[in-house]
Amino acid sequence: MIDKNTPVDGLTIGGNIYEAGNSVKFKTGDWRSVAPKYIPENCKQCGLCFPVCPDDAIPVGKDQKRGDFNYDYCKGCGVCAKVCPFKAIIME
Amino acid sequence: MSIRERLSGNEAAAIAMKQINPDVVAAFPITPSTEIPQYFSTFVSNGQVDTEFVAVESEHSAMSACIGAQSAGARAMTATSANGLSLMWEMVYIASSLRLPIVMSLVNRAVSGPLNIHNDHSDAMGVRDAGWIMLFSENNQEAYDNLLMAHRIAEHKDVLLPLMVCQDGFITSHSIENVELLEDDKAKKFVGTYNPDHYLLNNKEPMAVGPLDLQAFLFEHKYQQAEAMRNAKKVILDVSNEFEKLTGRKYSFFEEYKMQDAELVVVCMNSTAGTTKAVVDDLRTRGIKAGLLKIRVFRPFPAEEIANSLCHAKAIAVLDKADSLNGAGGALFEDVVSGMYVNNKYVPTVNYVYGIGGRDTTTKDIEGVYFDLQKIIDNGDIGNPYRYFGLKR
Repeated sequence: MIDKNTPVDGLTIGGNIYEAGNSVKFKTGDWRSVAPKYIPENCKQCGLCFPVCPDDAIPVGKDQKRGDFNYDYCKGCGVCAKVCPFKAIIME
Repeated sequence: MSIRERLSGNEAAAIAMKQINPDVVAAFPITPSTEIPQYFSTFVSNGQVDTEFVAVESEHSAMSACIGAQSAGARAMTATSANGLSLMWEMVYIASSLRLPIVMSLVNRAVSGPLNIHNDHSDAMGVRDAGWIMLFSENNQEAYDNLLMAHRIAEHKDVLLPLMVCQDGFITSHSIENVELLEDDKAKKFVGTYNPDHYLLNNKEPMAVGPLDLQAFLFEHKYQQAEAMRNAKKVILDVSNEFEKLTGRKYSFFEEYKMQDAELVVVCMNSTAGTTKAVVDDLRTRGIKAGLLKIRVFRPFPAEEIANSLCHAKAIAVLDKADSLNGAGGALFEDVVSGMYVNNKYVPTVNYVYGIGGRDTTTKDIEGVYFDLQKIIDNGDIGNPYRYFGLKR
C-alpha cells in the first residue's frame, strides 16, 4: 500500500496496480461538500436508492434492507435523495 | 553465412519485422512508410508470420491498439510518418508513460503544412521529449540492424521504454541498396522472446494499467521514466556489442568518421551522413582535416560522450533537418551545444537548417559548410550561428 509520502523507489512503473479488487481502499468520501441524511422512519425499503449510488455508500443487508450511509464512499452527489419518493433521504 | 539482398529501406524494415515475428502489428498507411505495413500484411497473408495484423482506421488507433496489445503481454510494432505520428501524439506519450516497449519504424517526412510528403526530421523532432528511445539510420542496412536491436533494448528490465527507428523518407525508404540480412534463425535467436513480468492477460495476477496519477505520484513516475532513459545508455551499448559479435557491424551512440585528427567537424543524422562521408573523403585528399560525427542515438542523448568526441575540433557545424522555429537554433544544435557547455568544452559551433521538405542536399552544399568552418577558424569570428543552406534567397 502506497501513500502520498511513498518515495520513488516504492512506486510501481507507470502506476501499475498489481492487486485486483482494491477500490474498497479508495475512500472517496472526502470529495463530499454536502451529505445525504437517512431518515429511517420515512423509509419504506422500496429499494430505489442503492442501485443508483455510483459508489458503495448505501449498505444493504442479507435481509435486502438498507442501513445508514457509509460516508467513506459517499461523494455527496445527491442522486439517492433525488430518486427517493418518500423524503427518507435529505441533503444537508 | 548472412544473406546479401537488394532492398529498399522500407523492405529492409519489413523483413526485420518478419524475422522478429511480433504478436501484433497495428498500422495505418501513410507516405513514405506505407510499404512497411503493406509488405508486412503480405507476409501475414502468406503465413510467413503468425502476427495478428490490425488494419486500424487511424494512427491514433494504431498506437492505441499497440498499447492495448503490449499491456496484454504481446510484442507490438507499428510504422508511420509525419502527420500519422502527429495523429498518434496523445498515445505516443501514453505508450512511454505506461512503460510499454512498443517498437515503431518512423520513416521521416515533413509534418504539414503546407502539405509536403518528402523527407525532413520535423516529425521526429516533434516527439523528442515524448520518452521514446530514438535511433537514427544512415542507410537501409542500419534501418534493418536498428530494428533487430530494438526489442532487446526496449524490453530490457532496466529500460522498458518504447523505441522508434528513424530513417529518411524516400531517400532511404525507397532507394534500393545491398543489405546483409541475418538468417532467420540467427535473427530470431538474437531478438529472443518477450517475457514481461506483469501483463494484463496473466490470470494469476489481475492488474490495473494507467490509473489516475495525481500530484502525489506523477512526478515520481516521470522520474522513473527519466531514470529508465539514463539506464538505456548502457543497455544500448551492451546490445550493440553483442550485435557486432554476431554480424561484425559496429554500432554505438554515434559513428566517428575520420574524427581522429579532425579540425572541421559536421554533426548530422540519417542519410545526410552518407553524403557527408563522401565530402570528408574528398576534402581529406586535399589535405583538409574534415570529420563527421553521425548521431545514431538521439534519445537518450549521449551528451557527455558527444562533448568528449567533439572537444578536439576547431570548429563544428550541427546540421538540423528540421527548423525548431524558435529563433535560436535547431533541436540537435541545442542539444549538442548544451552538452558541450555543461561538460566544460568549448569549440566554436554553428547551426545549419537544411533539407526542409525534401530539399535536395548535395555534396556541394556540405562542402560549403566545411569551407564556412574554415572561415570561422581563419577569422576567429562565428558571425550568425543560426544559418541555412539550400535555401533560395
